[in-house]
Amino acid sequence: MIGQLLAVFAQMALVLFLSPLLTGFSRTLKARLQTRRGPGVLQPYRDLHKLLRKGMVIPDTASWIFAATPHVLFVTTLLAGLLIPTVSAQAPLSLFGGVLAVVYLLALGRFFLALGGLDTGSSFGGLGSSREMTIAAIAEPALMLAVFTVALAAGSTNLSTVAQAALGQSWRFLAPQQMLAFAALFIVLIAETGRLPVDNPTTHLELTMIHEAMILEYSGPYLALLEWSAAMKQLVLMTLLVNVFFPFGLSPDWSPAAALLSLVVFSGKLLLLAAAVVLVETTNAKLRLFRVPELLAVAFVLSALALISTFLF
Amino acid sequence: MWPIRELYGAGLLAYALGVAGGLAGHASKKTATWMASLLCSLSIVGALLEFGASVGALLTNSDLAWSLSSGVPYLSYTVRLDPLSAYFTLALSLLAAAVSVYSLGYLAHSPAARSPELFCSFLNLLLLSLTLVFTASNILFFLIAWELMTVAAYFLVVFDHESAEARRGGLLYLVMSRGGSGMLLVGFLLLASAAGSLEFAALQGVGQRLPPPLGAVACLLFFLGFGVKAGIIPLHIWLPAAHPVAPSNISALMSGIVIKAGIYGMARVFFDFYGALPVWAGMAVLVFGVVSALLGVLYALMEHDLKRLLAYHSIENIGIILIGFGSALLFRSFGHPQLAALALIAGLFHTLNHGVFKCLLFLGAGGVLQATETRNMEKLGGLIRRMPATALYFLIGAVAISGLPPLNGFVSEWLTYQALLAGFGATPALTRLAFPVAGAFLALTAALAAACFVKAFGITFLALPRSAEAERAREVSFSMRSGMAILALACVLLGLGATWFLPVFDPITTRAFGVAVSQDLVAGKGLLLTAGSVRGGSVSTALIALLLVALGAVPLLLWLLWGRKSPRATGPTWDCGLPGLTADNEYTATAFSKPLRMIFAALFRPRREIQADFEVSPYYPTAIHFESEIQPTFEKHVYGPLREGVLAIASRMRRLQAGSIHLYLAYIFVTLILLLLFAVRG
Repeated sequence: MIGQLLAVFAQMALVLFLSPLLTGFSRTLKARLQTRRGPGVLQPYRDLHKLLRKGMVIPDTASWIFAATPHVLFVTTLLAGLLIPTVSAQAPLSLFGGVLAVVYLLALGRFFLALGGLDTGSSFGGLGSSREMTIAAIAEPALMLAVFTVALAAGSTNLSTVAQAALGQSWRFLAPQQMLAFAALFIVLIAETGRLPVDNPTTHLELTMIHEAMILEYSGPYLALLEWSAAMKQLVLMTLLVNVFFPFGLSPDWSPAAALLSLVVFSGKLLLLAAAVVLVETTNAKLRLFRVPELLAVAFVLSALALISTFLF
Repeated sequence: MWPIRELYGAGLLAYALGVAGGLAGHASKKTATWMASLLCSLSIVGALLEFGASVGALLTNSDLAWSLSSGVPYLSYTVRLDPLSAYFTLALSLLAAAVSVYSLGYLAHSPAARSPELFCSFLNLLLLSLTLVFTASNILFFLIAWELMTVAAYFLVVFDHESAEARRGGLLYLVMSRGGSGMLLVGFLLLASAAGSLEFAALQGVGQRLPPPLGAVACLLFFLGFGVKAGIIPLHIWLPAAHPVAPSNISALMSGIVIKAGIYGMARVFFDFYGALPVWAGMAVLVFGVVSALLGVLYALMEHDLKRLLAYHSIENIGIILIGFGSALLFRSFGHPQLAALALIAGLFHTLNHGVFKCLLFLGAGGVLQATETRNMEKLGGLIRRMPATALYFLIGAVAISGLPPLNGFVSEWLTYQALLAGFGATPALTRLAFPVAGAFLALTAALAAACFVKAFGITFLALPRSAEAERAREVSFSMRSGMAILALACVLLGLGATWFLPVFDPITTRAFGVAVSQDLVAGKGLLLTAGSVRGGSVSTALIALLLVALGAVPLLLWLLWGRKSPRATGPTWDCGLPGLTADNEYTATAFSKPLRMIFAALFRPRREIQADFEVSPYYPTAIHFESEIQPTFEKHVYGPLREGVLAIASRMRRLQAGSIHLYLAYIFVTLILLLLFAVRG
């Protein structure tokens, strides 16, 4: 019981404190690829610390939804982070909800985020909300079909069971259905975390924004919570990808030695995936909004093929 | 011993008194208002009594039947409270109680205010006939109750009969319902001919005894006949026409439970009167379910009439229920009773859940309509400050209908997903691919529903009011808020306490498939909901809710550490340097769904027209007119030709009706002779 509780807190600390580092690493690597020096990998921590101490301005048109949104987004994303296996195949709370709960918890956060965007009364907030919900909706079938492929292979939607099944056969990722599902989920990851070519996280032009447009009116501690949630969401989705498809090095339990070793491997895998995303970001221009459905249709076809290959092989 | 019979009978009596009391007419406005409150109270009493009866029947797992002979051959007034009937009666009485409480405060300022006591009389008639539909156990008695329900609902829909829209919607509803009833009559007669009796008790499993082509025809007739009532696509067109124009408490009942009469009929016929159906039947139900769910939500997204939007969502949710039913039929065909039970539970649970949150949303929309006198979302906005309680309840309903944890919509959709996932492993060959694909479309549906409710709630309740009416809106009365509060509480309880509710389904699945699965679906001291076994996947809405609250400690800690001293100011929203933000700067409902309108342009075939007036140069327009509409595909391509055809035949047949009594007498005589000849020969 105590051990389990410790595992919960360990994973919570991991999700909370590793996520800004992942964001910082992505940004620095991106800067280097663009032959800029970049602000350093620790910059997101400094940003969060600064934002948490700053004062904030709340729009006079906003209601309690505006204040509730950062909190709802933060706790739903954090909880999703506790349901997935990170360093150990045995996620501390995996019984409380499997992959469906993770997807729907993130959706709950997004629901409030979009409401927060509308609550300000600004055109940009509405624009961001509308686009965010649209892209999330058309990414959903590809996501769910790929998730089904993985769940069917393991015979379970429980992520710890999925990870353990994957751990049993380490070279399974070479199977066609796994590769196809991974490719589909990779596209969904880019769309869901708001990266190029779907959304540009560093844009300064409101009309091209999606995620940034929704949070335009947020400042201070609320903005810190939103930024942190975005970082955690990225960590959650990337973890899902690396641990389900490449489960090497996952420790079977939460014994300190095994978990520490596993943490090293886990971080390495995450950095590799983040590097892949950054590579896609630097080599692609942003797509026009109405070309994004085509990209997501590719993801859907890939996951449908993955499913059909499960059936064939 | 639970006095189930007495409670049930007393409930019917209360409804019946409620019907009779309003027919007497009224002397003055004041007595009419008093009478209406009295009749509403009677329907509350009736609903509570029926609630007690159905809970009793479910808890004691009883199967009570009692019968009155009518003196007319074949017709007997048999009612039977078996588990399936009790379950639907439970759903009905829960919603009826909430709606009646709401009506107490609603009637005075609604279209019903003209003669509120007559309105309440029809309301009681609707509740009475619905209770009888769910419990009648004789074909003729069932059909009588069915017609009574249709007619009562029609009178309520057109109660605001000065509105042409209401008359048209009501007429469409009545005509299509009649068509559906005709199919049901033929279907029931086919079954009765095989059983040799009109009692439901004799019909159990009788579908198998019909010769295959006739059995299939009957099956199809039932699906279409009940499908009209349930509003499956393409039989749905009456639903978005009739539901929004009715007084809002009636819209709530129509979407919440009247369309579920179609679902009840399908459950009764397919899982009680038929044994294992051929695979195509289950597949057809699954496909119709997926199509209804997806098209329902896509059409809902294009609506900016709040009540029509909700009406389209009813079609979507009927689709989700049918996905569960279709899977259950398929599993039964392939001989997997456990999985069939899981899928049926998913469908039936979603039936109740949809009833609860859709009723809640319609009551909320009714509050908005009463406060602002418009259903057009483009004229609303900012209501969360003016109507905080209504906004909160509407938000709870919106989260629930979007299938988000930890509320009830999530639980039934989760069970549906699990049934679909299990289907892949349990069925042979190509059939198995249908399940994950259905799952993917269900996921798309759920995500689109979330988008739609961000729009519905965000545009209606948030930011600045878009019209003077919205600006002046005031919170609705206490009784209306109480009605909504009951349903909002039900959303939360059915979500968090789902595992404790599941044993209710055991007697139903035992009857249908001979297995009780609630034991397997629940683990971890009742906290975990599983997919048949913990290994297959589990979820716990109660613990998720608990953790969401507990994790709130983290932001609180951060605030205590750093944010406490930081200043907090209120300022204007960034308006790009314009002189102050106005409602014109806000995103509109049409704009919100524009990306989806363009992505699904092949379906919507949007037409838009922009016309700019100018005096000097087109670059300085004085006024811009924008018009945009989507093509109503089914109305135009399916029902248009159908209506033309019917009218053409009708105008030919008019010659038969020449207005001469003698001619009519001759018709009757000839018909009689023909029938006698038929009888003598047969």
